[in-house]
Amino acid sequence: MIMTNHSLKALITSSLAAAVMVASGSALADYPERPITLIVPWAAGGGTDATARTIARALEEELGQNVNVVNRTGGSGVVGHTAMLNAKPDGYTLGLATVEVNIMHWQGLTDLTYEDFTPIAQINYDSPGIQVATDSPYESLEALVDAMRSEPKGTFNASGTGQGGIWHLAFAGLLMDQDMSADHVTWIPSEGSAPAMVELASGGIDVVSTSVPEARSMIEAGRVKSLAVMAPERLPNFPDIPTAGEVIDSDYYTGAWRGIVGPKNMDPEVVATLEEALEAAYNSDTYQGFMDKQGFGTEWRNAEEFGQMMEEMDGILGEIVEQVGLAN
Amino acid sequence: MNGVGLVLNFDTILVILAASLFGIFVGAVPGLTATMAVALLVPLTFYMDTIPAIAAIVTTSAMAIFAGDIPGTYLNIPGTPASAAYVGESHALAKKGRAREALGINLVCSVFGGIFGTIILIVVAQSLAEVALKFSAFEYFWLAVLGLSCSIFISVGSRTKAFLSLLFGVLLSTVGLDMMSGAPRFTFGVPDLMAGVNFIPVMIGMFALNELMSYYGSKSEKKTISVVDKDSVFHNVPRHIKRYWRNMVRGSSIGTMIGALPGAGADIAAWISYGVGKGRSKDSSKYGTGNIEGIVDASSANNSGISGAWVPALVFGIPGDSITAIVIGVLYMKGMNPGPTIFMDGSGLIYALFIVFILANLMMLPIGYIAIRLSKLFILTPSRVLMPIILCFCIVGAFAINNSVVDIWLMLIVGLVAYLLAVNDFPMAPAILGLVLGSVVENNFMSAMLRTGGDLTSFFARPISAGLGIAVILLWCSPLLIKAYLYQKRKSERASA
Repeated sequence: MIMTNHSLKALITSSLAAAVMVASGSALADYPERPITLIVPWAAGGGTDATARTIARALEEELGQNVNVVNRTGGSGVVGHTAMLNAKPDGYTLGLATVEVNIMHWQGLTDLTYEDFTPIAQINYDSPGIQVATDSPYESLEALVDAMRSEPKGTFNASGTGQGGIWHLAFAGLLMDQDMSADHVTWIPSEGSAPAMVELASGGIDVVSTSVPEARSMIEAGRVKSLAVMAPERLPNFPDIPTAGEVIDSDYYTGAWRGIVGPKNMDPEVVATLEEALEAAYNSDTYQGFMDKQGFGTEWRNAEEFGQMMEEMDGILGEIVEQVGLAN
Repeated sequence: MNGVGLVLNFDTILVILAASLFGIFVGAVPGLTATMAVALLVPLTFYMDTIPAIAAIVTTSAMAIFAGDIPGTYLNIPGTPASAAYVGESHALAKKGRAREALGINLVCSVFGGIFGTIILIVVAQSLAEVALKFSAFEYFWLAVLGLSCSIFISVGSRTKAFLSLLFGVLLSTVGLDMMSGAPRFTFGVPDLMAGVNFIPVMIGMFALNELMSYYGSKSEKKTISVVDKDSVFHNVPRHIKRYWRNMVRGSSIGTMIGALPGAGADIAAWISYGVGKGRSKDSSKYGTGNIEGIVDASSANNSGISGAWVPALVFGIPGDSITAIVIGVLYMKGMNPGPTIFMDGSGLIYALFIVFILANLMMLPIGYIAIRLSKLFILTPSRVLMPIILCFCIVGAFAINNSVVDIWLMLIVGLVAYLLAVNDFPMAPAILGLVLGSVVENNFMSAMLRTGGDLTSFFARPISAGLGIAVILLWCSPLLIKAYLYQKRKSERASA
């Protein structure tokens, strides 16, 4: 590649600047004075990747520095999350962590837990919906739950994600909440929600548990109906879908979160700067507009609340992983 | 139609042109792939309007898939698993000095297949998507088995060796988290292996690295690429079309159908089309020796498969392959929600999208032609300069797909194994298909068994599944049946004599 004189000059200047800065030690007051890297543990083109790129863009406007998204995929999220906690805790390498942090260590897939990160802010939360085919005999979650309870174990099957994925655990948690065993309904693992939706429509599966936006196109196509969403309130994008609490007496909630984290032991001042910038980025039109179009749920938690949420969720999901027999 | 206005403006045409060049470049460089090209584009589409964004993705993917056949023809290094089906065929032609002729007919078939698939998409998308939704784990199991069986039946040389090569690929596909149990298999504590063995580093290792090693391993007097291209790109095309138009239509139909199935893509389409072509051809013995007919079968199938993959993506928001999976995200972002309503919202966006498809495919003719002419570079560049450059791109390509060093090691190890296999006359292509389809076979089988409580007869309980199952079993028995038939015939001839 031929580099123009101009960009070559810029490159030299910026590398010189970087060298000087490393030599002098980072002056916190000026944070951030160089581009920030945001690690995404999932592939380019997916929902997490798009969310990360959008928040990165909004964050750039707040911080006045480039935020470069780097996909570190593989290992069902282990590789990317490990890269985040192995980075230098200087605030220049951050990560978009996902709910798998609360699941993987219970299954013995990795040693990393939420305690290995510095929480900065939660920016998204998606609640699971319970979907059935349009021609299913069950018109409400109440009817479905009653039918499942009265039939013997293994009569019904459900799908929506891989073995031990968040939508599997969320569904098993609902069964436990309704006084059934966690494996009362046979879980048919699938590679994500789209294949499960096809199986639901082709009659191979009784129930699919995924986030409602993932079911949206099939709901709009009239193939699938969403009986209820497991959330404290109705979703703003899907006001016709009742909450589980309205239909059956249940206050059980769990779902998929995404948030910005850094490696352990970050400087509190840097965290505070990022927290403030992220809050503005979260409220920006860029981010809110994108999330609204995708139908993704927005939920803000600051560093402290985000840390508490992860701790709480870790306990809940650990219990469910144990009950479905995947603990290792 | 306001769709035309949305496409025929300066910006969109410029985007299509730029995306064409980008796609051709990425596709033609050994080691870089179509999926990578599209993934690289996604951040850029954030800043574009809907139609240019989609146009960029459509054009790039179509161009990259075609351009992947250029290094395939000249260097025996295929760009995608879909072109692995006929890489032997086109390289054999190149060795005979017919590289441009092979690429010319490949280009025309790719354009034909792409446009054929688009027309199907325009006319019957909704009813075709209905059929696709009838496919469940049972049907996908048989379809994947059919694809694997085809890779054995179309192989040249020993079928036993092809079968062993296939099993090597299937073995690699078992690495990683088992979808059914969630338990890691053969990962040896390496987290990068938990997502399984990615086929891209394996493909680069098997074909590109293997080719490099045989080059450096060969005696010095043979150290030139034994390819000449003095022939014309399009001169013989009309003759081939006249002779093989049935193959083009058949290949495109198979490609569109299989591409439209969410659980199967252009890879299976190319192999099955090639297999069907060989089975029905009058001179099937010429397949694998540098035969235009096989190229026609498979290259029209893989490009129509790419268009076909858009059918379930647009009608139900269900991705047909890895590229449409990315596209669906972009569509939502641009407020163009997939679903039946996309066909009736009156904004003309869907028509603009169809026009982009046709335009992107037509654009392949001139740009593809230039690329074929320029590919003389592969021959003009001295091998001692070319080969190290290819090695660099191999390493970049293997690393870039996951940003992971483990994938580079994987490529190097597989390359070494592939070299040992190749010097012992094992074909590589079945191994690639085995890796791509191994998990499809396993996961669909397990899913079906979980659902029916282990009832094997359920594979014949649904009409489409039963039909596919019988086709597979007949294919397996065919060598035996043919032998029995010939034996009987000879016996009766002897009796009457």
